[in-house]
Amino acid sequence: MKRLTPYLLILPGGLWLVVFLVVPLIFMVSVSTQQGDVVNGFVQTFHIANYTDALGQYRTQFLRSAVYGLVGTVLAILLAYPVAYWIAFRGGARKSTYLLLVLLPFFVSFVLRTVSWKFLLADDGIVFEPLKSAGLLPADFHVLQTTTAVIGGLVYNYLPFMILPIYVALERVDPSVVEAAQDLYASRVAAFARIVLPLSLPGVFAGVLMTFVPMTSDYVNAAILGGPDNTMIGNIIQTEYLVNQDYPVGAALSFTLMAALLVGIFGYARALGTQNVLEAAAR
Amino acid sequence: MDLRTSPAFLRGMTQNRHPSRRDALRLAGLSAAGLALAACGVQGQRVAPPAQDAVAGYWSGKKKNGALRFANWPLYIDKDGSKYPSLEKFTAESGIKVTYQEPIQDMTTWFGKIQPLLAANQDIGYDLMVMTNGIHLGRAIDLGYLVPLDHAKLPNFAANASPSVKNPVWDKNNTYTIPWTVGVTGIAYNPKYVDGDITSIQELWNPKYKGKIGMMLDVQEVANFGMFALGIDPDKSVQADWEKAAAKLQEQRDAGLVRKYYENDYVDALVRGDIWITMAWSGDIFQQITEGENLRFVVPEEGGTIWTDNMCIPKTAQNPVDALTLMDYVYRPEIAQMLVEYINYITPVPATKDLVLAHAGQEKGEDRKFLEEVAASPLIYPSDADLARLRSYKSLSSAEEKVYEGLFQPITQG
Repeated sequence: MKRLTPYLLILPGGLWLVVFLVVPLIFMVSVSTQQGDVVNGFVQTFHIANYTDALGQYRTQFLRSAVYGLVGTVLAILLAYPVAYWIAFRGGARKSTYLLLVLLPFFVSFVLRTVSWKFLLADDGIVFEPLKSAGLLPADFHVLQTTTAVIGGLVYNYLPFMILPIYVALERVDPSVVEAAQDLYASRVAAFARIVLPLSLPGVFAGVLMTFVPMTSDYVNAAILGGPDNTMIGNIIQTEYLVNQDYPVGAALSFTLMAALLVGIFGYARALGTQNVLEAAAR
Repeated sequence: MDLRTSPAFLRGMTQNRHPSRRDALRLAGLSAAGLALAACGVQGQRVAPPAQDAVAGYWSGKKKNGALRFANWPLYIDKDGSKYPSLEKFTAESGIKVTYQEPIQDMTTWFGKIQPLLAANQDIGYDLMVMTNGIHLGRAIDLGYLVPLDHAKLPNFAANASPSVKNPVWDKNNTYTIPWTVGVTGIAYNPKYVDGDITSIQELWNPKYKGKIGMMLDVQEVANFGMFALGIDPDKSVQADWEKAAAKLQEQRDAGLVRKYYENDYVDALVRGDIWITMAWSGDIFQQITEGENLRFVVPEEGGTIWTDNMCIPKTAQNPVDALTLMDYVYRPEIAQMLVEYINYITPVPATKDLVLAHAGQEKGEDRKFLEEVAASPLIYPSDADLARLRSYKSLSSAEEKVYEGLFQPITQG
């Protein structure tokens, strides 16, 4: 019985994953090689060309999504790290209040927050109208329906997912370690670069996973803030599934995206030496 | 654009809050069915047109239940505070209690919500819904998702509906649908930025408005405008015409003229000044104008699109007789009048025009002015000249749909 205990413990979660993740995945692979349409039915014909056709047709959107995801993730790190650092080391007694503030946007619907950007950034809206009147911006300047708007929206919406893991990692850094470094004549910069930063890398690693993947597959920001040249692969998949009801092409695209993300993430983990990172995290 | 498509949310929207155990089992069966579908190909589900006795077959033995669940689009019925006067009157007269909800935002999402449920023969939570003619309504009919209507129970429709809404090309003899309202897709513009009167569809290709032009995301809408611009009648168009129209629209996009391919959000963008001239739906613009916005709406001289939002009964309706009763009720001129005074789209009951004018005569000040505007508006009672320029969406077969979407979607979603 004792030997069975660990297996019994993972049984509920494991079943959950098998039923709701593994099974649908298998069927998604199957759908992705079928042919037909929703009215006359889809038939399994092992039509591998669904993949090459979909990739050929939507290569631009794939690349664009990857670039948006990458740029967004880097920006998120740059913005999130100082915030997390400040809360962890200078937050004092009010730490939990600051964390609540970071989470506060989640109390408002994702869609609503994004839509509100449209009012803020309108061509002649509250931000740009005064600047344009003052002659600081050209009259045809706009942010909505540009790459800037979409990446800005992505970073804004996923920022807390970067702040929180970095905070958790920094929070566990023992201040006496930093003191010890300084006692050993490390400058503040050196103490940060050689002690604090490496110790916080597991947080950054987790943050990247939690932001890069959803940013790359996001479609809300591109739909609300983007223009004709900002369509992301998520928008295409949504259209294939819900508008065209072309499930095979939608499935082929989803699977390609998933495979690409997995490869990307594993490559990243390899490059960063996850082994060390995860060990540091486990300590 | 949305969490609207998240499965959990869809389920929340389309099903009872407290599903019984049987429902839960059926739902499990449904997902299993969805998966089985994935594994071995989906059975074709197209049904033959209903046989002569299908109407009698469906309706025999169906009784009034005194309840009705009505799914409509937002802001699409007369409202007084939190009450719906026309529905209250209906309840008082017929004893049928109406649960009125507004879950429909666009056809794509709505069809995505109801399709798996109807395919599994499951209640969608509504007995009556309003669907726009087009690809999705065509699919719902082809897949046998709609109940054939018993026209013997629709005397007011027969007597009062405008001939122009009877027997439409997409639903012969109104077998499955009768209109709720009719609307027009034309051009709206903001005179603050656009000089002079716009009459031609070519203005949407005018480089003067570069980056300030709005087009619609919907392929049928955008394709029709591409065809109008080339003088092609969408009803009679063939693939070669679509290719020309796609090239024309691609040229517009490549020149950087189009700010965005919009859904409903074009109205806000137009009001805010993000766009100056755009494809637009008549009722939206009429409502903005009556709210004091300085906007104009025109049916371009080359042509505009006329579409119909139709009442129809899903095959899994629990209260079909009650639904049919309401469908006939709204075709009484005095009820249609209550609706048109609020909705401000084209009414399928032309007799309402005199009633609205008579109503205006009894009111004073603002209200009177507004009602007179309604009765006089070409957006609500279009002239014959306007109507002559209007065309429907092209009815497409499944095979044609693929070609059509393949041509136009890369433009709106490149």
